[in-house]
Amino acid sequence: MKKIKNGTIKKALKFIGKYKYLLFLAVLFAAVSASLMLYVPILVGSAIDFIVAKDNVDFESIFAILLKVGVIVGSAALLQWLMNTVNNRITYHVVRDIRNEAFKKIEKLPLKYIDSHSYGDIVSRVIADVDTFADGLLMGFTNLFTGVVTILGTLVFMLTIDVKITLVVVLLTPVSMLVAKFITSRTYSMFTKQSETRGEQTAFIDEMIGNQKVVSAFAHEDENLEKFDDINNRLEKYSLKATFYSSLTNPGTRFVNGLVYAGVALTGAFSAIGAAPAITVGGLVSFLSYANQYAKPFNEISGIITELNNALACADRVFELIEQTPEIPDTENAAVLKDVKGDITLKEVKFSYSPDQRLIENLNLNAKSGMRVAIVGPTGCGKTTLINLLMRFYDVTGGSVSVDENDIRNVTRKSLRKNFGMVLQETWLDEGTVRDNIAFGNPDATLDEVVAAAKAAHAHSFIKRLPNGYDTVIGEDGGNLSQGQKQLLCIARVMLCLPPMLILDEATSSIDTRTEQRIQKAFAKMMNGRTSFIVAHRLSTIRETDVILVMKNGNIIEQGNHDELLKNGGFYAELYNSQFAV
Amino acid sequence: MLKLLRFMKQYKKECIFAPFFKLLEATFELLVPLIVASIVDVGIKTGDKGYIVKMCLLLVAFGAIGLISTLLAQFYAAKAAVGFSCKVRRGLFAHIQSLSYTEIDALGTSSLITRMTSDLNQVQQGVNLTLRLFMRSPFIVFGAMIMAFTVDPNSAMIFVVTIPVLSVIVFGIMLICIPIYKRVQSRLDNVLSKTRSNLTGARVIRAFCKEESEKADFFARNNELTSVQKFVGKISALMNPLTYVVINLAVIFLVWRGAMRVDTGVITQGAVIALYNYMSQILIELIKLANLIINITKSVACANRIQSVFEIENSVKSANTALSPDNANTVEFKGVSLCYKNAAENSVENISFTASAGDTIGIIGGTGSGKTSIINLIPRFYDATDGIVAVGGKDVKEWNTEALREKIGVVPQKAVLFKGTVRENMRWGKNDATDAEIYAALEIAQAKDFIDAKEGGLDYVIEQGGRNLSGGQKQRLTIARALVKRPDILILDDSASALDFATDAALRKAIKEMSGNTIVFIVSQRASSVLHADKIIVLDDGVAVGIGTHDDLIENCEVYKEIYYSQFERKGEKS
Repeated sequence: MKKIKNGTIKKALKFIGKYKYLLFLAVLFAAVSASLMLYVPILVGSAIDFIVAKDNVDFESIFAILLKVGVIVGSAALLQWLMNTVNNRITYHVVRDIRNEAFKKIEKLPLKYIDSHSYGDIVSRVIADVDTFADGLLMGFTNLFTGVVTILGTLVFMLTIDVKITLVVVLLTPVSMLVAKFITSRTYSMFTKQSETRGEQTAFIDEMIGNQKVVSAFAHEDENLEKFDDINNRLEKYSLKATFYSSLTNPGTRFVNGLVYAGVALTGAFSAIGAAPAITVGGLVSFLSYANQYAKPFNEISGIITELNNALACADRVFELIEQTPEIPDTENAAVLKDVKGDITLKEVKFSYSPDQRLIENLNLNAKSGMRVAIVGPTGCGKTTLINLLMRFYDVTGGSVSVDENDIRNVTRKSLRKNFGMVLQETWLDEGTVRDNIAFGNPDATLDEVVAAAKAAHAHSFIKRLPNGYDTVIGEDGGNLSQGQKQLLCIARVMLCLPPMLILDEATSSIDTRTEQRIQKAFAKMMNGRTSFIVAHRLSTIRETDVILVMKNGNIIEQGNHDELLKNGGFYAELYNSQFAV
Repeated sequence: MLKLLRFMKQYKKECIFAPFFKLLEATFELLVPLIVASIVDVGIKTGDKGYIVKMCLLLVAFGAIGLISTLLAQFYAAKAAVGFSCKVRRGLFAHIQSLSYTEIDALGTSSLITRMTSDLNQVQQGVNLTLRLFMRSPFIVFGAMIMAFTVDPNSAMIFVVTIPVLSVIVFGIMLICIPIYKRVQSRLDNVLSKTRSNLTGARVIRAFCKEESEKADFFARNNELTSVQKFVGKISALMNPLTYVVINLAVIFLVWRGAMRVDTGVITQGAVIALYNYMSQILIELIKLANLIINITKSVACANRIQSVFEIENSVKSANTALSPDNANTVEFKGVSLCYKNAAENSVENISFTASAGDTIGIIGGTGSGKTSIINLIPRFYDATDGIVAVGGKDVKEWNTEALREKIGVVPQKAVLFKGTVRENMRWGKNDATDAEIYAALEIAQAKDFIDAKEGGLDYVIEQGGRNLSGGQKQRLTIARALVKRPDILILDDSASALDFATDAALRKAIKEMSGNTIVFIVSQRASSVLHADKIIVLDDGVAVGIGTHDDLIENCEVYKEIYYSQFERKGEKS
């Protein structure tokens, strides 16, 4: 079992602390209702004592006792319900608070964190881990209090009835816990093996079923089945052991409880014999019912502790997310970029994603207002990195990036980003209607404006053909739109905002060349008077730009317009001519 | 679900033994209150210590026999459940592997994976619990009632009333809660999808400065979730208190009735105690039963989902008597149309062309114009809805599908490699390929240099999904894998998209030199890739708007002209 850091409990308590009054109520209700419930067997026992034999029944006393039982049972039940409701409230509110906190953090995380962690992992922290935490919390609240109260209460009540028999119970109970512990520790290794093998199998299934098309193209089915059988047989072996061993805990402890029961019956019955018995028959009955429930909370508590441990381990993962250092906030006197002309200067820029890997060293660039700048180069040369720096998704490690002679670190991120329009290769769309998506950057846009933007992006004709036109809801990950259609929507989204600076990172890579040509014309119009950065691997799309930067290994190795670069006969010329080779 | 039971056949014995031993244990458990009653009535009343000891030893003996029976029951249940699920899993894997592209498209791979993993695990658990508990819990509940009748039929009537009342409460609350839990799940999904989309779209959201509105949206969704959770929590919180009240009311009546019966001398004090004990046993078992039923319902739903996968039949089947082709040196399409399942329109329409040994066929067209659809028909990944696709002079439906695919090397659009060494991956093409053969293929695919540079060369281990290779490297390896086969037909489906123009050109040159009798299909959006093909098929919206050489098409085909000039300058300079 993983060791839980003390800090995690403290952090969890901070979230729970907000509800301390409710928590107090919960504990109070738990204590009272559990004690009341414990009192009932005693009352029933004493009622039974008045039922001795034929013509020897004290109806009056029995009636009084049973009335009392009724009242106590009623109040205990009410308190228990209240306690459950309060616990629910605390748990779900704490969970809601944690999720909100986590989401707030997600909105502020440095891109570096998001880029270097798998989405699935972060999502599972916010969803699955928080859920496990909630389960543990709820179970802990509901059962831990009552469990502890029940154990203590039972002890007290038993002692009031008979000390000797109580000792029998107290001495025998730990045996059942030992049995449980013994079995659990044996099972643990089997479970580890089972989950390892299961993981191996899932990975194999994932790989082969996920790529079923390749498998069948190479007629590789039989070989796969052989491998699968091997893993499956191992899994069967481990699963059988794990399932069997783990199912031993209950019968084992039940047997020990049976022993306790027999022990109580024996000592109790002996004490009840004689003219002046140490215990009445009713007392013995109460005892037997205590003996049954006394051991139960012990087993439950050991289950709860495992659960709580698990919950805290999960909480730890959520807190780790919540505690991530956010993006460096805007400086206090950060300026708001206004009336941007679009002069962009990169001075001696240095940057790398990790300290041990150099990427950009001493990059200088001056893009005058209205200039169209194309960036080309082989994969991994730093094209996308440059864009990350311009948008301030990442901060430079040396040198500076400035817009209209303002270092972008001294202006608010919001105003900087508002002034950039961006179309990326990865086409992300929000869940919502087509219209919402086009109006993403400008929610107040009228339908006419939205349609105009869509027409400019050549998206209007396919949108018209969607089932509900502009009101068609796009599902998660863009639903059933093609990659090209999604890209058109992303373009329309920018067309509607028209900020003074543009970034097009492989903006048309999924669109066929004929449509692309038409969009290029729209782009050309849009870029008129706007500083634009264009990344493309189709060289035909960048011929018309004012300046082409050829990048390699984080440096600009050539710079000039298309004709100049061709004449130079350098890397660009080689790249360009190779597309016509056989 | 019932059809899955055929996988259980082997475990008949276990399926009988597990509940049998479980019931044996339950029987002994039901006898305990009777023994206690006789301890009170005989032992204590007469002061017979020997009798008491005897009875207590009997209790221990019952406990021991119960323990042994349970152990046997648990073992048989575990064996049947685990064995069953492993058999189903194997059957499922084999079945899924036999499906054609049409079925895989319809199912989606991620749902297939869920079927094989979490659904099946749930079924395994369900089988295990059913074998262990499904008989036991009702047995104890009704057994307790019957035992009560043997003690005192009159008082036992209280049981007859209590059991239905408890059942109504327990199952009623469950029935009310199940649909609400579904709502909880769907609201949780809302929260999940918002979280996910804010991670995948982090750049766009920040670029458009939408953080605040995204937060507001998330908080609203989260609140919706919380309110349903609290609502369902309130209802399910009723279960324990209500059952507690009912059972204790029953106890009150029982004691009162018992008191009267004892007073008139019909029953003894011990009998009242026994009745009281039976009453306590009922509640625990009823709650167990309720949970078990939830579990079984879930398992049945999962089992049905698994069953539905088994029910899907492969639509592309080759006859048992189908022959294997000696060679696949010709390809002919005669009026071929393909309409995907559930699609409204044909994806390709009325395509006809022929390719003979040694030909290079280029296929060009815009996104979604049907390029991939055409080449998928050649290895019979799909069946043409109209017309005939013939390979090696015969309709592909008449060949043995596996043997046909042996002759064809496909390089799919998505470069997929598998966990394992480079050599293992290359041998997907040919099981017994020698290193020399592999190297030859790597060389043609322009992959030899970077493989040589990797530690271990052919023994270099590729991670799952080829994570430790770049996109271009993966593409070249998938090409090499197809070449290892020395196929009669080589299909390159936009397989060079991640390569720069120089490497792409070198690759095409190498393939040209190697090809000999091989028919090469090149699918591309780049005019430069198909320029020198013997025949270029120009597709527009599924229709072949032009078939011919570059020189023919540039004269006569508008669409080709447009594509070509969108990528090359008007002058059309060529090296």
